[in-house]
Amino acid sequence: MALPEPLRRPAPPVSIDDHARDNLRFIRETMERAASFTAVPGWGGVAMGITALGAAAIAARQTSPSAWLLTWIAEAFVAIGIACWTTYSKARLAGTPLVTGPARRFAYSFAPPLFVGGLLTILHLRTHEIGIIPGQWLMLYGAGVVTGGAFSIRIVPLMGLCFMVLGAVALFSPWTWQNAFLAAGFGALHIIFGAVIARKYGG
Amino acid sequence: MAAKSGAYRTGEGEREERAKRSTTHVAESSATNLDRLIHERTRLAIVSALAVNKSLTFSELKQLLRATDGNLSVHARKLEDAGYVSCSKSFDGRMPKTEYALSAAGRRALEKYLSHMEALIHATREK
Repeated sequence: MALPEPLRRPAPPVSIDDHARDNLRFIRETMERAASFTAVPGWGGVAMGITALGAAAIAARQTSPSAWLLTWIAEAFVAIGIACWTTYSKARLAGTPLVTGPARRFAYSFAPPLFVGGLLTILHLRTHEIGIIPGQWLMLYGAGVVTGGAFSIRIVPLMGLCFMVLGAVALFSPWTWQNAFLAAGFGALHIIFGAVIARKYGG
Repeated sequence: MAAKSGAYRTGEGEREERAKRSTTHVAESSATNLDRLIHERTRLAIVSALAVNKSLTFSELKQLLRATDGNLSVHARKLEDAGYVSCSKSFDGRMPKTEYALSAAGRRALEKYLSHMEALIHATREK
């Protein structure tokens, strides 16, 4: 073709494999960002919030502290089930195993505080210090969400922070308020943030 | 980004290819069948993002790629014309909603591009 050659000298050649590597990195980063973008299930959060409000209503009617605590522990398992199911179905909808990358990373950062929370709950049950359990739950759950959500959309660590603040306040509040704190955290915060995530980021 | 998308135009694209061919013989065998359509960064990002999501709306893609309305719609249109992505328009209440999804051809093109890049790295390593 009789195209005029440019007067300027061509830029020094970039090594082809560096370029290819850079392209692959770009693809991987975009995929990870796009996957974590929606890996957090918003409607799952709303569902967890609703079951938590239900649990709060049931727990409020319990007369003994241990029955009250058992209600909330049962709710924790229900919530974990909902979270696993909605994350799984969302990943399956995306139709690729790549989505397990961010989801797995979330789980890895989320699990340690949850494990500590479980251990401390057993410890406080044995020492009959049930009053500080709700505050600890909220704080540790919040810590897990903050660290797990560090790689996700910004609203996720923000939700974690709200949980931590609520937990800190709960720790210094009287026993009779604890059920309300759990309802506000696991119920209201989940519903509010879940709805925002679902509406803004799809699903 | 604008400069790179410019490379898609025939003249510049050919010149770039010629320059690559003269640089190394690895490029000679590969640059010719490199999928220029998804080689461009914005389009590569669109295809990559759609590969891990069933569908994404225009605004989600825009936020994700930090692209402008005009830039994104031009590149999305090119992919749509090539049959790499499908586009559906609907209404969310009163708001028009444009949703993009990766087609089977688009997924194949991305896979081909990925193995192409891997082959390039492999080829230069063996040299």
